[in-house]
Amino acid sequence: MLDKQTIESLTAKATDIRISTIREIAHLGNGHIGGAMSIVEVLTYLYYHEMNIDPSNPKMEGRDRFVCSKGHAGPSVYATLAEKGYFPKDWLMTLNVGGTNLPSHCDMRKTPGVDFTTGSLGQGFSAAVGIALGQRLKGEKSYTYTIIGDGESQEGQIWEAAEFASSQKLGNLIAFTDFNRQQLDGYTADIINMDNIDTRWLGFNWHVQRINGHDYNQIADAIEKAKAVKCRPSMIILDTIKSKGYAPGEGIKANHSMAISHENEEYAISVLNGGAK
Amino acid sequence: MRDVSDIKDMRDALMAAIIDLAKEHPEVVFLDSDLSSCINSGPFAKEFPTRFFNCGIAEANMVGVAAGLSSMGFVPYAHSFGCFASRRAYDQFFLSANYAGQRVHLIGTDAGVTAQINGGTHMPLEDVGLMRLIPDLIVLDPSDNQSIYDLTIQAYETGHCTYTRLRRKGGSLRYKPGEVKLGKGNVLAEGSDLAIVACDQVIVDEAVKAVEILAQKGIKATLIDMHTIKPLDTELLDKVSQKTGHVLVCENARYAGGLGEAVAAHLATTYPAKMDFVCIGERFGEVGKLDYLMKTFNLLAEDIVAKAEKLARR
Repeated sequence: MLDKQTIESLTAKATDIRISTIREIAHLGNGHIGGAMSIVEVLTYLYYHEMNIDPSNPKMEGRDRFVCSKGHAGPSVYATLAEKGYFPKDWLMTLNVGGTNLPSHCDMRKTPGVDFTTGSLGQGFSAAVGIALGQRLKGEKSYTYTIIGDGESQEGQIWEAAEFASSQKLGNLIAFTDFNRQQLDGYTADIINMDNIDTRWLGFNWHVQRINGHDYNQIADAIEKAKAVKCRPSMIILDTIKSKGYAPGEGIKANHSMAISHENEEYAISVLNGGAK
Repeated sequence: MRDVSDIKDMRDALMAAIIDLAKEHPEVVFLDSDLSSCINSGPFAKEFPTRFFNCGIAEANMVGVAAGLSSMGFVPYAHSFGCFASRRAYDQFFLSANYAGQRVHLIGTDAGVTAQINGGTHMPLEDVGLMRLIPDLIVLDPSDNQSIYDLTIQAYETGHCTYTRLRRKGGSLRYKPGEVKLGKGNVLAEGSDLAIVACDQVIVDEAVKAVEILAQKGIKATLIDMHTIKPLDTELLDKVSQKTGHVLVCENARYAGGLGEAVAAHLATTYPAKMDFVCIGERFGEVGKLDYLMKTFNLLAEDIVAKAEKLARR
């Protein structure tokens, strides 16, 4: 269990990251708000409480690595990295502007702190498996963390990587599925039913846990348990709410990529700051 | 460069280079996709058991894992048949390896018609075109065992991603160590009537025969082994185009996207020549032994001679 102060600190940081994410996308006018907002707690936890990283030395040898395989969540990854000090916060207002270091999808050649380029769904997951394999080959004690989407899990490459990672007994690979039940065209249940996701990963011989993806105690506990499993990769399925914290996008179907008006920007931020919903 | 004249098959010359690189560079790793016995990567696995990974029949993941290993400082070589290495793992090689700035050396065996009795499903005819589309990728189609060894060593030093296509079993020996340079075509014959620009082991073998037949007919041909399809040796192309005004390009791949198109597109902007092409036209692959396939796809010395004679008269 995390102490009260830690949870309060993480909660405040997550609110900052959410506000920055909304500001980034609203400044541009539209973007992938839904899947960026649903992973903010796990991003906050990893970057502020878990990973061995150094924002002043983004390529530090022996560091833990993070691959956002659902690369369209770039805006909240960037907000997290900016909050951590990997680059100036004013970069956030350059999201997707020509010549920017913050493109729509995560790019390791552009953004300090991004460990791997993603955007073609499924690919970041294989790269994360390769990174975890490389960490082991180098004799590092480090971990690789990666987040895939539930929609992304429809890609065949995810399952190619899954079978390889468990065959290689990659205990240093800790993956999350952002199980927000929505994808670009609507609800996963109406497109490809992902409800048996837990048993799929069990079938691929992964260590599987399922938690509330917005609860820090559950995230902390799940990572601790994942680390205790030495010879199997871990999948932590996060039950999440797509667009969590961007109030106008919560609970609606078309929230994968949205236009954000100035009014909605200010309204959503006032809600995050404790105003009336 | 080590002399590999004692090695019979091209795959073994390639693997000898990779094993020699692995001895020198502990970051070299090898990934295979359940085709280890086809490229004979067993000796690598035996010598470096912790640096060899059989990724199973999952080429897309293999290339993605290779890219991840590259980001950790490793230098991965990844192998499948050319059809799967190119068509099946293309997006992974394109994005996770090349676009992401990683370094993956991709190997596609059974180049073109040398897939033989595995047939049309396994016949990489369009891999050259696909790979030429990737910015800054080095694309190699060597013509003999020494050159595949030498080019593999030289390609390592570039630090770039590479795609190497080769025949598995069989090979030729035409070079001594050190005679082949990455990005520079090798002039195998000099003549003023036309230039034959060829790549690939089975094709260069036929082109050598064709040059002899043409000489008997009084046609003097220059022959270039263009083992490096990309980057193209444009300097040499300009020189022979100016000298002969007639260029015949021969390859074991589709016309669309192939060496022929690359040569034609370049010369169109510098010294346009009258041109023709010996290659695979608007056709899919099919099953058969090499002699049948070379004949049905019009890739034999007699096909090169016929086109060369006609071209030289234009």
